[in-house]
Amino acid sequence: MREPGPRVGTPGPATSGAGAPRLGRPEEGGHLVNAKAIVVTSGKGGVGKTTVTANVGAALAKLGERVCVIDTDVGLRNLDVVMGLEGRVVFDLIDVFEGRCKLRQALIRDKRVETLSLLAASQTKDKSALSEARMQDTVRALLHDEGFDRVIVDSPAGIEAGFRTAASAVEGALVVVNPEVSSVRDADRIIGLLEAREIHEVRLIINRLRPAMVKRGDMLEVDDVLEILGVKLIGIVPEDERVLVSTNVGSPTALDDGGSKATAGSAFRDVARRLRGEDVAYPDLDTSRGVFAGLRRLFGGR
Amino acid sequence: MFAFFRRRRSKDDLKQRLKLVLSYDRARLSPGKMEQLKRELMAVVEKYFPSDGDDLNVRFEQHGDRMVLIADLPRHEPR
Repeated sequence: MREPGPRVGTPGPATSGAGAPRLGRPEEGGHLVNAKAIVVTSGKGGVGKTTVTANVGAALAKLGERVCVIDTDVGLRNLDVVMGLEGRVVFDLIDVFEGRCKLRQALIRDKRVETLSLLAASQTKDKSALSEARMQDTVRALLHDEGFDRVIVDSPAGIEAGFRTAASAVEGALVVVNPEVSSVRDADRIIGLLEAREIHEVRLIINRLRPAMVKRGDMLEVDDVLEILGVKLIGIVPEDERVLVSTNVGSPTALDDGGSKATAGSAFRDVARRLRGEDVAYPDLDTSRGVFAGLRRLFGGR
Repeated sequence: MFAFFRRRRSKDDLKQRLKLVLSYDRARLSPGKMEQLKRELMAVVEKYFPSDGDDLNVRFEQHGDRMVLIADLPRHEPR
């Protein structure tokens, strides 16, 4: 495969000036993702691909789209437990690839959001697991025969065959990045590989941003990441304990955090709306102002 | 701040879910297939012992380093 050159001269929508660090209010617009099949990827593991898949999938479904999320991390399936659907897995992606069941039999419908379905990865490796042709057939069948509006493919970490298979059937990509050195570097690599595969609708989700650290100047700010990577932004997700709690109980936080603004759940809902072309402003994630923050500071909190 | 009073601890949920899902992972069977196995076993048992199938309890148990499939079927006294 051809390695693309660096993306020089393609800065992100926001250009940072000198002065106080910004938590990120990039220009609005340019978010719409026309792609019906989208891969969620990152290169590096542990940055939140599965969380993003579950939450953006759930949020899109809540907006009325018929969404199928596919776990392609064969041998290390996890999207099922994150979504709380592990008890209902009968057939998986490889059963579909191998013709051991019909596609429809392998779809697990989410009970909280009727328009959301999961296609689970298998827990055992099989040689057909990496078949790009089967992946393409499956995604095509989901969109054309099963009537889904959107297919979101959760890619395994890495840039090997698993990633290539996951990316083989999509026209769009959500690249998940944490504002730290190895994640940004790996994201750059992944973005290059996506472009080489002619996947042009690439959008960036900056995940686990810690506003207080950005404010202190100890964490890359949004503009920095955009400047370095040169792709369009679609979401800024703050580090949020609710994410862990919601995955503990297997219910995406985008569905149940009550609609507060500076939460990860709200950020995921915003991503879903931007994907659909809505102009959604980026909320102020800095919670270090206001009465409660003042009280917290009084008592020695940060 | 008030979460302590109204919410049960999510980690207890998680531990329960993990124990269950790991037992299936180790046995290399999906929970849904286990349900299928149970239904099919019940159908077979029902064929030979009518009315006995209902109480069938199928589960995995860890016996030392071995995972054991237990099918527990109390026999009813013929009426």
